[in-house]
Order: sequence, then structure tokens, then C-alpha cells
Amino acid sequence: MTLENVLLVSGIIFAIGLYGVLSRRSAIALLMSLELLFNAVVIAAVAFSRFTPPAGLADGGVVTANEVRAALTGHVFAVFVIAVAAAESALALALIFALYRAKQTVEITDVSEMSK
Amino acid sequence: MSEPLAWLIIGLPVAAFLLNGTVIRAWLGSQTLVAGWLTIAAVAGSFVLSVLALTDVANNGETLYETHEWISIVGLELTFGIMLDQLTAIMLVVVSGVSLLVQFYSQQYMHGDRSYTRYYSFMALFTASMLGLVTSRNIIQLFVFWELVGVSSYLLIGFWMERPSAAAAAKKAFLMTRFGDFGFLLGILYLFFVNQDTPGDLLDIPTLYEVIGAGGIAASVATWIALGLFMGAVGKSAQFPLHTWLPDAMEGPTSVSALIHSATMVTAGVFLVARFFPLFEASNVSDLVALIGAFTAVFAASMGLVAKDIKRVLAYSTVSQLGYMVMALGIGAYAPAIFHLFTHAFFKAGLFLGAGSVHHASGTFNMTYMGGLRKNMKWTYWTMVIGSLSLAGLFPLSGFWSKDEILTVAFERGSDDGLAVGWIVLVAGLLAALMTAFYMFRAIFMTFHGEYKGGAEAEAEDARKNNLPEPVGLGHTHRQESPWVMVAPLVILAALAIGVGFLVNPLPDVGPIKKHAFATFVTVRNDNVFVYEGGHGKDEAHDDEADTHADERQLPDAIHAGAEPEFSIPIATISSVLAAGGILLAYAMYISGVISPAAMGRRFSAIYTVLFRKYYFDELYEGEITIKAFYGRVAKFLAWFDITWIDNVNVQLSKLTGNFGRGLANVQNGQTQAYAAVMAIGFVIVLFAFLVWGS
Repeated sequence: MTLENVLLVSGIIFAIGLYGVLSRRSAIALLMSLELLFNAVVIAAVAFSRFTPPAGLADGGVVTANEVRAALTGHVFAVFVIAVAAAESALALALIFALYRAKQTVEITDVSEMSK
Repeated sequence: MSEPLAWLIIGLPVAAFLLNGTVIRAWLGSQTLVAGWLTIAAVAGSFVLSVLALTDVANNGETLYETHEWISIVGLELTFGIMLDQLTAIMLVVVSGVSLLVQFYSQQYMHGDRSYTRYYSFMALFTASMLGLVTSRNIIQLFVFWELVGVSSYLLIGFWMERPSAAAAAKKAFLMTRFGDFGFLLGILYLFFVNQDTPGDLLDIPTLYEVIGAGGIAASVATWIALGLFMGAVGKSAQFPLHTWLPDAMEGPTSVSALIHSATMVTAGVFLVARFFPLFEASNVSDLVALIGAFTAVFAASMGLVAKDIKRVLAYSTVSQLGYMVMALGIGAYAPAIFHLFTHAFFKAGLFLGAGSVHHASGTFNMTYMGGLRKNMKWTYWTMVIGSLSLAGLFPLSGFWSKDEILTVAFERGSDDGLAVGWIVLVAGLLAALMTAFYMFRAIFMTFHGEYKGGAEAEAEDARKNNLPEPVGLGHTHRQESPWVMVAPLVILAALAIGVGFLVNPLPDVGPIKKHAFATFVTVRNDNVFVYEGGHGKDEAHDDEADTHADERQLPDAIHAGAEPEFSIPIATISSVLAAGGILLAYAMYISGVISPAAMGRRFSAIYTVLFRKYYFDELYEGEITIKAFYGRVAKFLAWFDITWIDNVNVQLSKLTGNFGRGLANVQNGQTQAYAAVMAIGFVIVLFAFLVWGS
């Protein structure tokens, strides 16, 4: 398992997600596609963190706090992104509910008031 | 004289102006007599201080008060201060003295006018501006007061602004003098630029004198500056070709005209040339100054020959007499020019106030409806006769002495120095003297002699008969002498018209008045302006020995300035004979009827019409230049340019951006996914560009 393979997976997921965002008309499906985008990014972040450790960590010397912090940055990022994505999903679902109550639809092409 | 007192000369009328304009008008109403008394008191205070200043200058020589910082930024250091030299002292006394008499007279003349308070507050401002003008020691300071004089004259000429003709006359006066002021400003600007390369502050007038005295300014530079200043003087003093505003300035109250024509406003131009006399002497414009003055003297007098309005006759005589002063300055006759200004101020103020008194009795200014008033108004009649004799220049009235001085210097320039301009000035002066005598006595005879022709009522009646609009400003006929408040100033001015002429004293010493007393005062003792060879006079002038010999000093520059022309009997005889001839001709035409004016008018109808229509200058300026040339061509071209270019470019530009915007608006279709697609594509492009050209 190399960095390239993982990034390839991340890229494929991102592309699928992007396709979904651009093509699905249902707001729910759109939301799901967005989750795919988030997860592609999370995978990439973790992969970078995992496969490119700081030089000081592998040279057999004394491990410093800074080196540990640098090594964990990507992982911490991933946790944050997941948390934000969860919050956003909750918010987006609430919006979709509101949209449905107002217009009896969740089709995104039916809401184009911004152009007016 | 201490400096605060000197500032008080200007400060008192300014205070009267502010108080009248704000507190008194608001609290005591627009017709309160308090306004009049306040202005009179303020001007009287100025007059007393001016007399003190004059005696101070006469005893101790000129005083240059210290300069104060006005504006100080990098590259610009402006100062202001008071300069009290001989010229200033004389002007101060003339301005405040004549103004005082006019204010006194106005109490009755303006009585019952619904803007009495406004009148007196503007009169105070007018006097203050002129007093400030003559005391300025910095040219910028002088310019500020110069413009204030212009503004206050505008306000006063248009005092009865409900009359369209008055509003138009005020506008005309303002615009015509603005033409001149433009030149003045250019002159100042040029001086300002010269100042940056010259040590010493040239904007400070005494410093300018010193620099010029030391030859610090090249003739070519002085010529341009003097030309600009002279343009200002031409506008303000109504010289040809900017003369047309002054006769129209009659639309203001007569007392205002008296002030404009004698002491303030029009003399400002002559004062300006006198103030910068060393500069003019150092330049090459003197001949131009003399020729403009000489031409104006004759030109204006000729229009006075046929005018029907008594104030208009007086107005042309003012223009003509100002021409006299200007031509005198042009031939270097400094002292005679100032002297003529001095004497003219008194008799011209007297004549105008007399015309106001006549209006009081007959209700009109049109002389064809007057006549026979001599019987009813003796005081007005005799004071106006004295003023007219003085204006005509008959011995021994003041006008005789001052005019004779100018003509004598002109003769000396012509015969001794062999200058053609001297002869031209002499001939113009004599010609103007003849015409002046004729038209003044024509006015006197038409107004005061013969049968009474009905006054204002008759004029209104005639206008109705001929289906003309009723003339504005008609009063009521009540043929009586005016009240003493109006007569007293007339008598004082007539007495001065007789008396002040002796100050010049070209003959041997008489009692306390030394030979050439006036000229000695303004030139020989004025070390400030007339720097003479053998060192600057300032140092020795103040010790007593030098002072006692001051009268005998023969100073080359001062003599050049026409300080002491010897009294010339031939010149005096010729001018007196011409003046007497003019009076006789007027007598023959308007009293004895030997020559019929109507027949003369018919025989020379072409000349008469040209003169009566003022050489068509109003038609030229308003009809040809303003309407045809300016409105017709310049304005039309500008309008075309404005519409097809300035406006059109804007219209097209806004159309273009409008269309562009409408095109772009289609992109915003409200479909969220379209936005997302654009974003994604954009991101890909940026990524691609980064991969290809990045790093």
C-alpha cells in the first residue's frame, strides 16, 4: 500500500462526489455526494500524514514533542473535518426540511429564486 | 500713530457693517434710523483717525507698520500689514471725508426706503473696503480689498434689485471689472513667480520699491506685471475699452453714485497705478497708459455732450476725468495725477449729491423735463455751479489748478523732452477741457435755467402718450430746496472745491503753504517711493536737519514725477479760454438761443446719433460680441461639442456597460449546480495552470 494508491482512491471518490453534486437533482442526493467529497479529502489528509512522517521521527534519535505534533497534524485534521461535516449534514438536513415545508419539493432545480 | 489706531480706521466701518447687518437689522428692523447713525459715527471715527494719520505723516514722514504672518506653508509666505505713506494718508482723508458727507446726506435721501438698514450696512462695507485697499502693504492683501470694493459696489449698484435695469447694471459693473481683475490677478501671479527667484519678499510693497530702486527687476519683467496691473486699473477706473459699466452704474441710489464716482471704487484704479508707480516707471507700458488715458478723456467727454440724464452726464465726466488722471500717470506726472484725484473727489461728490438734490425736487433725472429750478433751490444751484466751474477748470477753483498741472507736465514732456506722447496728451487734455465745460454748463442751463418743464409727472405723461413703458425711479415733483441735511454736505463740498486747489500752489509761497506744497508732500518727501540718487533717503529723512531742507531738495526722480512743474501762463490761458468758450457755447445754445440745439442735432444727425448711442459700444459688447459671437458661435460650438462628444460618449459608454451587464446577468440563473460546475471547471483550470506553469 503506497501513498499513490491511497491518493488514487481519494481522487476517485472525489470525482464520484463531484459528479453527484453536479448531476443529482435531489437535495438529499446532493448532500450525500457532498459527504463523499469530504471523505475523499479526509482520506487524502490521513494518507499524507501516514506516508510522509517528519524526518526527525525516523532517524532513531530522541523524539521531540514537535515531531509528534507534526506527525499527527493530518490525523487531527481528519477528526476536525469529520466533526464539521457531521454538523453540516445536520444543518443541511434542517434546511432541506424547511425547503420541503415551504415548497413541497426537494428538487434543487425548482429553487432558483437567487436569479431574480 | 500706534498700530491699533491705524487698524481702527478700517475696523470701525467693518464693525458698523457687521452690527447693522446682523444685530440691528434683526432687532430694530430694516428701517431703523439707528443704522444710519451707527455708520455715520463709524465713518466719522475713521475720518478723525485719518486726519490724525495725515498730520502724523506730514510731521514725521511715512510709517511702515510691521508685517504679520498671514499664510505660511512651504513655498508660500504671505504677510499683511498697514502701510501709511503720503499717498495712503491723502487717500484716507479723501475716502473717509467724502464718505462721511455722503452718509450724512443719505439720511435724508434714503429716508423711508424699505431697506434703509441694508443700505447703511453696505455703505459701511464699501467705505471699509476702500480704506483697507489704500492702507494695504501687501499686494495680495490689496487684491482682497480690491475685490471687496467690487463686491460692495455690486451690492450697492443693484441696491434696488427689484428693478431689472438695476440688477442688470450691477451685473454689468461686476463682470466688466472682473475682466480687468483677471489681468490684475495674472500680474500678481507673474510677480509671485518672479518672487521665487529674487531675494526679498516682492509681494510686500515697500520691499518691492526697494528692489525696483536697486534695479532688481528687469524692464521686460516689469512690463508684463505692470500690464496686468494696468488691466485691473482699466476695469476699475472705467477706462476705454472697459468703460461701459460706469454710466450704467447710475441705477444705484444717487448717493452711492456720488461715492463710487468720487472717492471709492473708480479711484481705486488710479490709486493702483500710483501705488505701483515705480514699477510702471521701470516698465515700458507708460506710453500705453498715457494713450489709453488720453483717448478715454476725449472719448468719454464726447458722449457727455448729448446725454439727457444728468447723472449720465456726470458719469461721462467722471470717466473723462479718470482718463485725465491715468494719462497724467502715463506721462510720469505722479503728483499732478494724485492732486487731480484729490480735487476731483470733492467737486464730483458735490455734483452728484447736487443731482440727487435736483431729483428730490423734480422727481426725475431727465434734464429735458427740468428747467427753472434755480428759483426754487438756490443752495443746490450755486453749489452745483461751483462744482461745474471747478470741473470745467476755471480760475481760481481747484479743478483749474489740478488740470493745469497735468497739462503743464504734458507740455514739458512734449517740448523739453521731445516726446510725441506729451503732445498727444496735451491736445487730448485741451479738447476734453473744452467739451467738459460745454456739457457741464449744458447740464446746468437745462436743469436750472429757462422754464420748468414738468418734472416726473410730465415725463410719465409723455411716456404714456408715446406708449412707452413708464420710466423707473420717478419721484414726485415738489419744487423746493432739499432739507438742510442734504444741503449741508453740498455746501461743504463746494467750499472744498474752491479751497483745496490752493494746496498745490504753483506760485510763490503763501503764508503757511509753501510753493508746491502738495507735490512736495507726495513726492519729494516720499522717500519710500521716490528713491533718489546719492543714497537712500530714509536714513537722513528722520533727523531734523534733513527735514527742514526737505523742501529745497532737488531730487531727480521726484522732479521726473512731475513734482514741480513751473506754472505756465500760456497753457493756463489756453485751457481757460477753451473752458470759457465751452461755457459760452452752452450759453448760446441753451439760454440765448442763438444756436438752436435741435437744428444742430438735425444738421449733425449722424454724429449726434453716434454719440447718443454711446458709439454703439453697448451694442458691440452685448449684441455683437456677447450674443452673436459668443452665444452664436462659441456657445453653439460648445453645445455641439457637449452633445455629440461629452454627452454622447457617456451615453454610449453606459449603453455598452449596460449591455455587457445584461449579458453577464444570464450567467446568474439561480441554478446552484451551474455555479458549482463553473467553480469546479475554474478550479480545474487553475490546477492545470499551476501544474503547467507553476513552480
